[in-house]
Amino acid sequence: MHLDHELDEMFPERHTHSAAVPKRPDGTRRALRIGLGGPVGTGKTATVAALCRALRDELSIAVVTNDIYTREDAEFLLREAVLPAERIQAVETGACPHTAIRDDISANLEAVEDLEEAVGPLDLILVESGGDNLTATFSKGLVDFQIFVIDVAGGDDIPRKGGPGVTSADLLVINKTDLAPYVGVDLEGMARDAKAQRGELPVAFTALKKENGVKPVSDWVRTKLADWTAGPA
Amino acid sequence: MSRAALLVLADGRFPAGGHAHSGGAEPAVTAGRIKDAATLERFCRGRLHTAGLVAAGLAAAAAAGADPLLLDDAADARTPVPALRQVARRLGRQMMRAARATWPSDALDALAAARPRGAHQPIVLGLAARSAGLTPLDAAYAVAYENISGPATAAVRLLSLDPFDATAVLAHLAADLDRVAAQGAEAAARVATEGVDALPAASAPLLDITAEQHAAWPVRLFAS
Amino acid sequence: MTAAPTTLARPPRTPASTAGLHATARITARADAHGITRLPVLDGAGPFALRRIGGHGPQARICVVGAMSAPLGGDRLAIDATAESGAALHLTAAAATVALPGRTGEAATYDVRLTVGDGARLDWLPEPLISAEGSDLWMTTTVELAPTARLVLREEQVLGRTGEHTGTLHSRLTVRRAGRTLLDQETAYGPGVPGWDTSAVLDAQRAVGQLLVVQPEFDEHPAAVQLLGDAAGGPTGESAGQGVLAPLAGPAALVTAVAPDALRLRRLLDDAARYTAAG
Repeated sequence: MHLDHELDEMFPERHTHSAAVPKRPDGTRRALRIGLGGPVGTGKTATVAALCRALRDELSIAVVTNDIYTREDAEFLLREAVLPAERIQAVETGACPHTAIRDDISANLEAVEDLEEAVGPLDLILVESGGDNLTATFSKGLVDFQIFVIDVAGGDDIPRKGGPGVTSADLLVINKTDLAPYVGVDLEGMARDAKAQRGELPVAFTALKKENGVKPVSDWVRTKLADWTAGPA
Repeated sequence: MSRAALLVLADGRFPAGGHAHSGGAEPAVTAGRIKDAATLERFCRGRLHTAGLVAAGLAAAAAAGADPLLLDDAADARTPVPALRQVARRLGRQMMRAARATWPSDALDALAAARPRGAHQPIVLGLAARSAGLTPLDAAYAVAYENISGPATAAVRLLSLDPFDATAVLAHLAADLDRVAAQGAEAAARVATEGVDALPAASAPLLDITAEQHAAWPVRLFAS
Repeated sequence: MTAAPTTLARPPRTPASTAGLHATARITARADAHGITRLPVLDGAGPFALRRIGGHGPQARICVVGAMSAPLGGDRLAIDATAESGAALHLTAAAATVALPGRTGEAATYDVRLTVGDGARLDWLPEPLISAEGSDLWMTTTVELAPTARLVLREEQVLGRTGEHTGTLHSRLTVRRAGRTLLDQETAYGPGVPGWDTSAVLDAQRAVGQLLVVQPEFDEHPAAVQLLGDAAGGPTGESAGQGVLAPLAGPAALVTAVAPDALRLRRLLDDAARYTAAG
């Protein structure tokens, strides 16, 4: 048996609920955490809502929102009733949403810990960032995978411009494809640019307004979750 | 001991949740009490000699080895509004998370077990300083500095204040910081013989009133 | 009995003053076999003359009448009041207390010690303490409460008489209940105190006060936070002062208020009293 302080030296992050440790303090495999980031207005909250609706019957889900200066995103999810209120936690970010998901993740880790405590054990925790810029990414201490959401209305040159979100996110979602004809966007060109920036990393085109529009994303989440659950407990 | 650990602990980037809090600056900006560098400096000076002094005493006492649970009660008695007690515990919990990962110790584990929802932040910070081998005076400095650097950073974001001016405000307050840190450490040294009553209890009525006001706002940039 | 706190509300060096007045008034209230509160000890001293008022009902009511100008610099004044188990003692004052400078420039001290037994109630409702220009007063209020004691305590400080600057006023309020400290607050205002007139502490307000209500019922039903005056977003225009009523970490509610003057301060505290069960 290990003494407590020996464990501390081996795994100093074991008290932090950091994503670096795949287990809960009790040793069971913890919930998969997926971050959703991306610029303002691209459909992050709508994607979270759609994912919850698609997956809530098969999985135990909770959501952490990081709002810029209100609890609006959390309140949207509550109004839409995609999950019971006790499964949604809002983190206040002091006007710096990227700080809360990348540089100082302590408030988000606290929200994760509180959700596990209140409604756990959970299978999946979605952490939604506040709308930010193209450079915002999640800390690996907070999430296991990240989805970056952009939309066609933001211009078809976004994938070409790159930036950490576009190039390195585990899944790039290009939303609002139904608007492409109206904003004069070449979807194939966007796909080519994304491929050039991302190599083998996947890209999902979505039109959330359409029936089952979130399917490419929910399928990806299911695959990741299956891999995660198969990992060592 | 390593004095350099103080730089790590007092660094504004130390990931303990402080960035989401304005230390009362947000309601003061809205009320027009902070509007430029000069008014920011006045606000920070007042905060430093009241809330900052209390925090410095608590942190120094924790770093000196006083019973953290007695200090936690003393902190409650010195924090008359629930909004500020909640903020202090919340930040304490976040500080605990960071401290146990950076300077693990039995004392931190014990306090985390006794106060799972968080002890008052200055006490956790003081205990973290102790775990890092720092002195009570070091802990008082770290907590007193954070007490004014938080509002200064928030004012930069809230007022688009020139960051050079905001940093100059902190530099102007260096002598006040020295004084408050020394007072906190001196009081903490008396806790062993006189109990926690020896610690400062300076109150700031406007900080208390506006903290509850701010907590009731439906829309705000900072958590406190 | 817990030792008196080694409070910071003491002049840095307090030599045994020879110039000033040393006086301690003492009051003990005791419930008799019929539940009527009697006053076996009622000793006025120095500037404190004690007048019994009212006389009907089980409660004993005392008015502290200032018999001379005090405290002056160098004075060492104290009031000890005890409401023993089951007694009800109500203390008021006839006029404001004015802290004045002494001849020697020495500080004055004024210590109020209140003790309330089980099932007893003490109301301490003095008039404001006015810190006159040039004065230097160190005041302590120390309260010891038994677990089922009730307390209503008002404290008002006015910084300077009309049209003058304030003196220096240090004050510490310590309330212990059942061996635990429920509230510990130090205020320090005036010349020589760093930061007191800043936007974090008093800003331009010159009257500051508190109303503390302790009652066992708050254990079950804590007071709700209530914003007062300008803080509640009342009509703009002339400032009414501002305050907050908030539950302490224990069965107590504290009103903290600041206002431009004593009149508006009292109005805020009176309003707040209506929100508590006290009164």
